[in-house]
Parts: sequence; structure tokens; C-alpha cells
Amino acid sequence: MIVAAQKPLDEIKKLVADAQRVLVVGCGTCVTVAFAGGAKEVGILASSLRMAAKIDGHPKQFDEATIQRQCEWEYIDPLTARLDEYDLVLSLGCGIGVQALAERFPNKPVMPGLNTTFLGMPVEHGVFEERCQACGDCILGITGGICPIARCSKQLLNGPCGGSQRGKCEVSSETQCAWQLIYDRMAARGQLERLLQVQPPKNWTTSRDGGPRRIIREDLRALEDVE
Amino acid sequence: MTQPGASGTSPASNGYNVGSNLEKVLRSGQFVVTGELGPPQGWRREDIERKAKHLKGVVDAVNLTDNQTAIVRMSSIAAGRILVENGLEPIMQMTCRDRNRLSMQSDLLGAYALGIRNVLALTGDHQSFGNHPFAKNVHDVDSLQLIQMIRGLGNGAFQCGDKVTGGAMPMLIGAAENPFGDPFEFRPLRLAKKVAAGAHFIQTQLIYDMERFARFMEKVVEMGLHEKVAILAGIGPLKSSGAARYMRDKVPGMIVDEYYVNEMEKAIAGIPKEDKVGRREAWQKRGLELCIEQIQQVRQIKGVAGVHIMAIEWEEAVRPIVEGAGLSPRPTFN
Repeated sequence: MIVAAQKPLDEIKKLVADAQRVLVVGCGTCVTVAFAGGAKEVGILASSLRMAAKIDGHPKQFDEATIQRQCEWEYIDPLTARLDEYDLVLSLGCGIGVQALAERFPNKPVMPGLNTTFLGMPVEHGVFEERCQACGDCILGITGGICPIARCSKQLLNGPCGGSQRGKCEVSSETQCAWQLIYDRMAARGQLERLLQVQPPKNWTTSRDGGPRRIIREDLRALEDVE
Repeated sequence: MTQPGASGTSPASNGYNVGSNLEKVLRSGQFVVTGELGPPQGWRREDIERKAKHLKGVVDAVNLTDNQTAIVRMSSIAAGRILVENGLEPIMQMTCRDRNRLSMQSDLLGAYALGIRNVLALTGDHQSFGNHPFAKNVHDVDSLQLIQMIRGLGNGAFQCGDKVTGGAMPMLIGAAENPFGDPFEFRPLRLAKKVAAGAHFIQTQLIYDMERFARFMEKVVEMGLHEKVAILAGIGPLKSSGAARYMRDKVPGMIVDEYYVNEMEKAIAGIPKEDKVGRREAWQKRGLELCIEQIQQVRQIKGVAGVHIMAIEWEEAVRPIVEGAGLSPRPTFN
């Protein structure tokens, strides 16, 4: 899932400063699970903003709407009819949601209420961790199912570096060393020898380095023509 | 220098023939001594020349750090060239943090053109420790892949396979290994990967836990790695008990035995706090003694081919250490 966190209230206030009537739009998918941009968070943020505007002496209108997915046109389109009433949309979707709304409603300012943080998962209640960088060329098959691209601070393919100590990363004692995890798992499986080969430099063209990415599935396109 | 005999290459050759002074000392089988010089956070070449004076004739080659601890400094290549012009032999450090494979290879071409023949391939400290913590890090390749890349250039080919104009540019390739990093059991295996990648010599992290280093070397010797690569034990003089405690508690990947902390504390026993000069002198004297003691100890450990003395910002300490350890004068070759 995409994990996100809400921007500080002061920053959000600045983003909506010019608007009088704001529609706060949540998303019912990833950011709901991340407790950052679902219906509940939309409600709390809208009332905080209403209260803040009142205290500042300039009351404003903040209405709420949460759709199932901000990243698919079919869920976004039903919002169209309501938008005339508002000067601005404050999206509590991820960066994809914000951009989808902005693309659908080009004449309406759409502001981000969240910082999209990473692709990850809740490892315990209230703790989210990064797991994937979407590099486009998955190597989990050779690293024991633990991704050093997403979880090693230096993205080493032949780790660990000298900064790994007591299982922790040199960057933070809160961060587990991905290569310690890889070593432990491969050792437990009796597959240490698989770590002894020097892994060659990675082909980053499938990652962001190759430019914005796109997948075209001709099979699916053809199917739609038939339908 | 002579070609290695038909019976195979001598220890630590890893099949190379570069012609640098460091390679000559390594192949002669004599105990190697390398030093280290941190380029300035500025542009004055005198700053390098002043430090270089303390190291000239004292060590076989000198490491030039590459933006060490992620703090911006003069490039190791430029500083390396200044050493060449001053009659010292540089070991240019290169980290994977700040450059991608294009930039690294172009810098290696330039370094070779400027007379630099030894290079040390490193991962690099994370930028969050340095003075530009908001920077993007690169890590396009890692240190093992960098070793392979330098070996490729040594054979006249870029990493992509294209030929280097002018042909082969063999360099003596160094790598680091940290016996005090974890997982401990994997460290000798990772060292073996570096040897397989093409490293000719290894400089270890500073050793302040002799017992753990000896255990590491036991495994290295058991694997026969010491016959394929020259292992230089990392040694450095402590400046104060505070410095020892700082390394023990704050520096990632370091282990400092209580012995060193205690010895440095004992060194100033009876000297009042106000006597700053007295304390400093007592600390420095004991720091040098401990350093010499460490060299004697690592010389007793099988598989150790030399020492790498890191006395950053205390370059004048290197001569008394080398002399005190009976490693002076250094060998010369015609």
C-alpha cells in the first residue's frame, strides 16, 4: 500500500489561504488504511480547519467528501457536479490522487493535504515501514525476500557496509540493517552461498532513472475494443 | 619492476602489475605502512603540502580521503596530484555515495592521467552524518561493483564494455573491510567477495578490539584470503580519553575495548584539569605508545601484511609511531 502522513496544519492553512469554500476530499483505499486520508481523517482535518479559520477571525467553509479511490476516473467523476460550489479542493489522497483530481478538474486549484511517504505496510498498529521502491526489476528472489533497494540506506546489492552493528543501520538505531536481515534469513535457510556471488551493477532504467514509467497492455486494450 | 614468476604471482598480487611503490613494497614481502591525509575544506594546496611533509618518506603511500564523513573537502584526485608533485605516492579514495558510474569512470581516467596509480574503493559514509545532510545519495554501484569497474579499466574496458582509448590503465585496487561491523560471521565472506571482485589490498577499520580482530584474521587465514590479498590492519593514535569514549559510543561500526579507554584515563591521573597542556601532552604520549603496542600486536597475527595508520589532523604523529614500531626506514626501489 501507499503510506502517507498528513502535512502540518499550518502548512495546510497556507495552501488554502486564498479560498473561501473548500472541499476536503478523502480516499477510501491506501491512505485510509494508513490512517492519513480516509473519511475519519477528512472529518477531523475539516473541523480543525473550520475552527482555525474561526479563531483567525475569517470563518471559511470546509465540506467533506471521501471517494473510494482518487486514482481512478470512475470514482472521481461523480464529484464533478459538486465542484462548482467550491474555490478549491484539498485532497487527502496520495500524490497520485492529487494529480488525478487536478487533471480531471483543471480549472480548480487542487492542494495536497498529505505527504506521500512510501510503499509499505503497517508492521504493528501505528507503525508503518517502507518495503518497496518500485524499481521495476525485482531482486527479492536473490535477497531472501528482503529488499535492500528499499530497506538499505545505501541500496547496496553486496552489503552490508561497515556501518552495520548489532543489527542496526548506521543512519539510525531505529532502523534495522537490511543486510543483517538478509544474512540471517539466508543463513537460517542454509543458503548463505547464494550471497557469495558478486551481484553486478543494477540496471536502473526500469526505475525512476529511466524517466517516467508507463505500462501498455495491448491485451487489455484489445479486450476493451471487443467490449 | 619484474614480472611475477611463472610459478604464479606473489602474495597479494591478485594477478596485477601496476608499478606503484605500494605494489613494489607489497610484492617484496616487507611489512607495509600506509598513512592517511584528509584534504582541506578549502582550496589551499599549502594545507596539503604542510601535512604531506609529515608523511614523506615515513609511509609507503598515503590515502586521500574522499569527502570523508560526508563533509565536503577538496577532491581526492586533486589532492592526490598535489602529493605526486611533492614526491609522495597517493592512494586515492573513491566512495559510491556522490557519483554514478559515468562520473566515477571519468574521474578514474583523469586520476590515471594525473599519475595516480592506487585507488581505494569504498561505500562511503551516509550523507546524514555530514555537512550536507539534505543531499541525495547516489549508490548507483556499490563498493564491490566499483572494484570490478576499476579492474575493467585496468584491462582497458569501461563497465559497459566499450574500449578505453589508449588501452589498459592498471591501478592497484584497495578495499576496506570492517571486522567490527556485523554480522561478524559474514565479514570474512564479504572480504572474499572483494578479493574475487579484484581487490589487491585491504585496509581495515580502526582496530581497538584486538581479540575480535584476531578472530577475524583466523577465519581469513583459514579461507586462504591472506595469500590472495594484502591485509593492512587499521591503526590510529588516540588523542584523549574523550576521543576513545566518543569512538566507543558514537561512531557506527566501531568497537573500542575498555582497555584503551582506561589506559587513556590513567594517562592523565594526577594532572589537574586546569593544566590543559600537561593533560594533552600526557594523552598524546600514551596515545602514541598504545599505537606502537597495537602495531606490535598485529604483527604477531598471521596474515597481516602491514598497517594503515590513520592519524587525521595529527599527521606529525605518524613518524614517531613508525619509528617507534621499528618500521623505519621504509624500503626504496630503483
